[in-house]
Amino acid sequence: MTRLAVLKTYKLYIGGKFPRSESGRVYELTGADGSFIANVARASRKDARDAVVAARAAVTGWSGATGYNRGQVLYRIAELLEGRRAQFVDEICRQEGVTAKQAGEQVDTAIDRWVWYAGWADKYVQVAGNGNPVSGPYFNLSTPEPTGVVAIIAPQHPTPSASLLGFVSAIAPALVSGNTVVVVASEKTPLSAISLSEVLATSDVPGGVINILTGSPAEIAPWLASHADVNALDLLGAGDLDWVDLQIDAAETLKRVLPPEAGPDAASPSIDRITFFTETKTVWHTKGMI
Amino acid sequence: MRRKKTIVTLTTALAPAERALNVLGTDLTEKGLRRYLNGIAGVDAVGLEQRAAALGTRSIKTTSKRWALDTIISLIDLTTLEGADTRGKVRSLAAKAITPDASDPDCGPVAAICVYGDMVPDAVAALGAHHGAPDRGKIAVAAVATAFPSGRASLPVKLSDTSDAVAAGADEIDMVIDRGAFLAGNYGRVFDEIVAVKETCRREDGTSAHLKVILETGELNTYDNVRRASWLAILAGGDFIKTSTGKVSPAATLPVTLLMLEVVRDWYKLTGQKIGVKPAGGIRSSKDAIKYLVTVAETAGEEWLQPHLFRFGASSLLNDVLMQRQKMTTGHYSGPDYVTID
Amino acid sequence: MTISFLDYAPAPESRAILDLRETYGLFINGEFVDGRGTPFPSISPATEETITTVATADADDVDAAVQAARVAYTRTWSTMSGADRGKYLFRIARLVQERARELAVAESLDNGKPIKESRDIDIPLVAAWFFYYAGWADKLDHAGLGASPASLGVAAQVIPWNFPMLMLAWKIAPALAAGNTVVLKPAETTPLTALLFAEIVQQAGLPEGVVNIITGAGQTGELLVNHPDVDKVAFTGSTAVGRRIARSTAGTGKKLTLELGGKAANIVFDDAPIDQAIEGIVNGIFFNQGHVCCAGSRLLVQESIHDEVIDRLKDRLSTLRLGDPLDKNTDIGAINSAAQLARITELSAVGEDEGAERWSPECVLPEKGFWFAPTIFTNVSTSHRIAREEIFGPVLSVLTFRTPAEAVAKANNTPYGLSAGIWTDKGSRILAVADKLRAGVIWANTFNKLDPASPFGGYKESGYGREGGRHGLAAYLKPAGTSPALTAVAAQTTEAVAEPVAEPVTASAATTRTSATPSAKPRRTSKKATK
Repeated sequence: MTRLAVLKTYKLYIGGKFPRSESGRVYELTGADGSFIANVARASRKDARDAVVAARAAVTGWSGATGYNRGQVLYRIAELLEGRRAQFVDEICRQEGVTAKQAGEQVDTAIDRWVWYAGWADKYVQVAGNGNPVSGPYFNLSTPEPTGVVAIIAPQHPTPSASLLGFVSAIAPALVSGNTVVVVASEKTPLSAISLSEVLATSDVPGGVINILTGSPAEIAPWLASHADVNALDLLGAGDLDWVDLQIDAAETLKRVLPPEAGPDAASPSIDRITFFTETKTVWHTKGMI
Repeated sequence: MRRKKTIVTLTTALAPAERALNVLGTDLTEKGLRRYLNGIAGVDAVGLEQRAAALGTRSIKTTSKRWALDTIISLIDLTTLEGADTRGKVRSLAAKAITPDASDPDCGPVAAICVYGDMVPDAVAALGAHHGAPDRGKIAVAAVATAFPSGRASLPVKLSDTSDAVAAGADEIDMVIDRGAFLAGNYGRVFDEIVAVKETCRREDGTSAHLKVILETGELNTYDNVRRASWLAILAGGDFIKTSTGKVSPAATLPVTLLMLEVVRDWYKLTGQKIGVKPAGGIRSSKDAIKYLVTVAETAGEEWLQPHLFRFGASSLLNDVLMQRQKMTTGHYSGPDYVTID
Repeated sequence: MTISFLDYAPAPESRAILDLRETYGLFINGEFVDGRGTPFPSISPATEETITTVATADADDVDAAVQAARVAYTRTWSTMSGADRGKYLFRIARLVQERARELAVAESLDNGKPIKESRDIDIPLVAAWFFYYAGWADKLDHAGLGASPASLGVAAQVIPWNFPMLMLAWKIAPALAAGNTVVLKPAETTPLTALLFAEIVQQAGLPEGVVNIITGAGQTGELLVNHPDVDKVAFTGSTAVGRRIARSTAGTGKKLTLELGGKAANIVFDDAPIDQAIEGIVNGIFFNQGHVCCAGSRLLVQESIHDEVIDRLKDRLSTLRLGDPLDKNTDIGAINSAAQLARITELSAVGEDEGAERWSPECVLPEKGFWFAPTIFTNVSTSHRIAREEIFGPVLSVLTFRTPAEAVAKANNTPYGLSAGIWTDKGSRILAVADKLRAGVIWANTFNKLDPASPFGGYKESGYGREGGRHGLAAYLKPAGTSPALTAVAAQTTEAVAEPVAEPVTASAATTRTSATPSAKPRRTSKKATK
C-alpha cells in the first residue's frame, strides 16, 4: 500500500515570504508527460511591483555587506542545494522529461555555478577596478559598484537545462556585486525556481535580495521594463517576447539592458555578466602633504 | 592705554593682548588659545595651490601694468641683511631707495629699507629728509630684530635687540617667532613673546614702531601651521604678518601669501581691523610681483595695495621692475647695465 | 587711488592666429566635400557675428560618410597593426599641441568660453587624450577583455557644444585606438574646432575615411545614429536625446554609450577647508558658464555654516569677471546660444516664482551676444524645479542638510547620477560618503577635474558606459571570438522571431506608461539582424 503524498503549494517568493499572487490567479502546470503537477501562482503586475519594492529595500544591506560575506552567503546556497539534490533531480525529471542522470548533471552544474560565482564576490572589484595615474596631485580610484535592482527574465525553454541551471546562471552573477533581483522564472518549467526559493528562505540570503515570480513573462516583463525603480534589465530568457519593445520601454529611465541569449552557451559563466550590472565609480582625492 | 612691559613668565597664563581678549574672551590661556587655533578650518594644499596658480594667470597689460610696476616699487622694503653689511652698503641702499631709477626722476621711492638693528642709525642718517612714513611718500626704516633670523636667544636678549632698534629710530620692527616653540605646540610661549616685543616697540612719546611678525613659513612647513601662526600673530598684536626671513628656503610663495591674505581678510571681517601682509624672499621678477598684486587685490581687496598694508621684502626685485618700467617708457627692452647695482 | 587695478586693462588673445575659410564642407573620406543640405552659419555667441558657414549633411551625405568609414575600417584600419594606429594618434596629439593656441582661440570664438579655459584646460586635455589612447593601441590585450579583443567597426559619434573639441577627443581617441573608424557630428552651434581637427587629420596623414566629420543639426545626428551600417553609437548630450537614441537603437545590436545630464550635489561639511571649498563651489558651477554636465549645480551645505558659506561665496562671486571670451582675464564667458539663454532665463524665473531667493553680483552684461550673470539661489527646497532639473547654466541652487546621512540621502535623491563633490577635512568621512553616493565621478575636496586616465560617466539617467581610462577603451572593443552575453544579439533575434510567442502581451501591460513623450517612441524597425 503506497502512502498518499502530500502535495506542495507552489507560491511566489517576495521579500523573503511566500505569498500567493495578489490576483489569486494560478495556472496549471503539467509535466513532460502531460500529467498534472501543480497549480502555480500566476504573478500580476502588482506582484511585480511588490517584488521591486522588496528588492529595493534589500539593496542597502546586500550591497553594503562585505564581499567576503556575500561570497559566503552565495556559497551557502550551494551547500544547501547539495543537501536537497534528490528533490531537484526529481523535479527536473518531471518537468523536463530527462533522465535522472541528465537531471543530476544539471543539478551538479548548477551547484558548481553557485560556487564559482560565490568566489567572485570579493574579487571582481580587483579585476574590474583601477587605480588611475592622473596628471596631478590626486589619488584616483575606479571601483565597480552594484547597479541596484536588476529585473531578470530567466531562460524559458526546458532545454538546454533551463529549469535549474538556467535560472541559477541568470541570477547568480547579478547577485555577486550586491544587486538585488526580481526574476521571472520559466513559465513552462518553474518548479526548480520555486523550490530554490525554499532553499533561499532557509539559507543566509536576506529577504528581498532574490524575488521570484512565476507566471507569464509576457505579462510581467513590460511592467518590470518600464518600472522607474528598476535599474537594469536582463532579457536573457526574453527571446520569445517582444523584447525590443521591452528594451525600448527600459530606455525611458536609461536602464542597462542585456539582450536575450539562446543556445548552449547562453549565460555561460562569465565575469562580464557580473560587471555588466555594476557601475564604475571614480573618486578623486586631493593629495597634499603640507 | 599704556601697559607696563610684561615680565614674561611663560607659564599657562598668557600675556594679555587686547585683540586676543576681545576674540577669545576670558579664556586667554594656553589651552584656550590652542583650542581656538585648532578650531580654525583646515587648508587643502592642492586647492590652495591651484587657486594661487589661477591668480597667477591674470594678464596685466598696458595701463594696468604701468600702474602695477609703480605700485610694486612703492611697496618694496629694499633689503640688505648680510653679515657683511657696512655703513657704505646701507648708504648705497638708501640712495637707491630714494632714487630707484637715476634716469627717471618720476620714479617714486620704495616703501622702506630693511636692515639689521645695528645699522638703523646709518640708515636713518642716509635717508635724511626722506625718512618718514611711506604712505606719505617717505621712506621708513625697518629693522629685523629678536635674534633674526633664527630667533634662538633668550627673551631678554630679543627684547633688548628690539628696544635698541626702536631707540635708534627704526619705524618698523621685523621680528621672528620662535618656530621651535610653535612646532612643539607651545603656542602660549610664541604668543607671549610677540606681546612682549609689541610692548617693547612702544616709544617714550607713546607712539609705537610697527610690528611685523615673521612666521618663517618655510620652517612651519604646513599650510595649517601657517594659518594658525597667522591668527596667533594677529591675536598677539602684530601689525603685519610676514612670510619669511629670506634665509630659509622656501621663502615667500604665492600660495602661502594667498593663505595669509585670506587670514587677514577674515580678521577684517571679524573685527574691522586691517592687518598688513609682507611676502619676503624669493620674489625677483616683475612678473612674479604682479601675481602678488593680483592676489592681494582679489583676496583682501585693492585697498590693501598700500604701504601700510602690503610690502614686498626684496632686494633684486627692484631692478627688474625698473627694467620693465623702462621698456614701457621707451618701447624697447632694457638691460642690467641700465639699472644700478647697489 | 584713482585707477582701479581690478579693472584690468583688456588683454585680448589675438584672432590673427586663425585662418578660417568662409565656408566649410563635410569631411568625408579624407577630403572636404559639399554638403547636400542647407548650409548654416556658425556664430560667435559673444557678438552674434558670423564666423563661418558650415554645410549640412543630408541622408545621402551621412550614407557616404558611413560608407567611407566602413571601407576604411575593412580595408585599412582594422588590419593595421596597433603600433601603427598608435603612431597616428601620437601624431595627432602632437599636432594638437602645435596648433594649441589656434584651436583655443577658435574654441572660445565659436563656443563663448573664456580663453583661459580653452587655452589651459580644453585643448591641453585634447592633446592628453590622444596621447593617452595612442599608447593603448598596441596594448589592447591588457585592456581587461582578454587576449586579442576585437574592434566593433564603424562608430557613430554625436557630441555636444559645451566642450566641442574635448568631447571630440573623448570620442575619437579611444575609438581609433581600439581599431574602429568614426563618423563624428559636432554640435550645430560649435562645429569649428571639429573642422580644424579635420585639417589636423589631413596633416597627420591618417588614411582616408578613418575619421569623417559631418556637420548639421539634430536631424543629421539622428540619421547618423540610426544608420544601419553603424556598429557603435556614442553620444554625449541631454538625457532627453539620449533616451531617444536608446530607444531607436534598441534591438539593433549597436553598442551604445551615453553620457547625459546631471544635477550634481556638491556637499560641504562644517569642517571643510573653507576657502578651498568656496573655490570648489565656484569652479563647480561657474566653470564654462555652468555648461557642464557634471557641474555642481546643487550646493548641499551643512546648516551650521550656511550663512558663512553664502557670505564668502557672494564675496568671491563679486570678483568674477564676465565678458569677452577672448580676454585672458575673463572668468565667465558667453552663453552658447540664444536657445540655451532662454532656458536658463526661464528656469531662473521659475526659481524665483517657487520662492527661492535669487542673487547675482553687480555685473554689466554686454549688449550684443548671449549673457547671463552668475546667479545663486538660496532657500531652495528639494522639491523646487531648480533643485531637480538640469539648468546647464551659471545658476547654483543652495540647499542645506544637518547630518551626513541626510546629505547623502538628498544628494542621491535625483534620477541623475553623474558626479558629486565632498568637502571635509575628515578623510574617513570622505571615503564613507563617497561609498554611498550614487554617482560615477566623485571629487573629494576638488571639483570638475578631468583626466584621460580617469573613467568618466554616470549612474542612472546620466547614461552608461565610461569615457577615459581603461574603462573608456572597453566601450569600443569586444572580447575576441564569440561573446554571446554582450554582443551577438542579432543572431539570436532572428531565431526568436521564428518561434511563437508563449502568451500574448496584454494590451494594458504594453501601453500603460507614464512617459512624458509617448509620441517619441519609435516602432521597432530593426529587429532583424542588419549584418
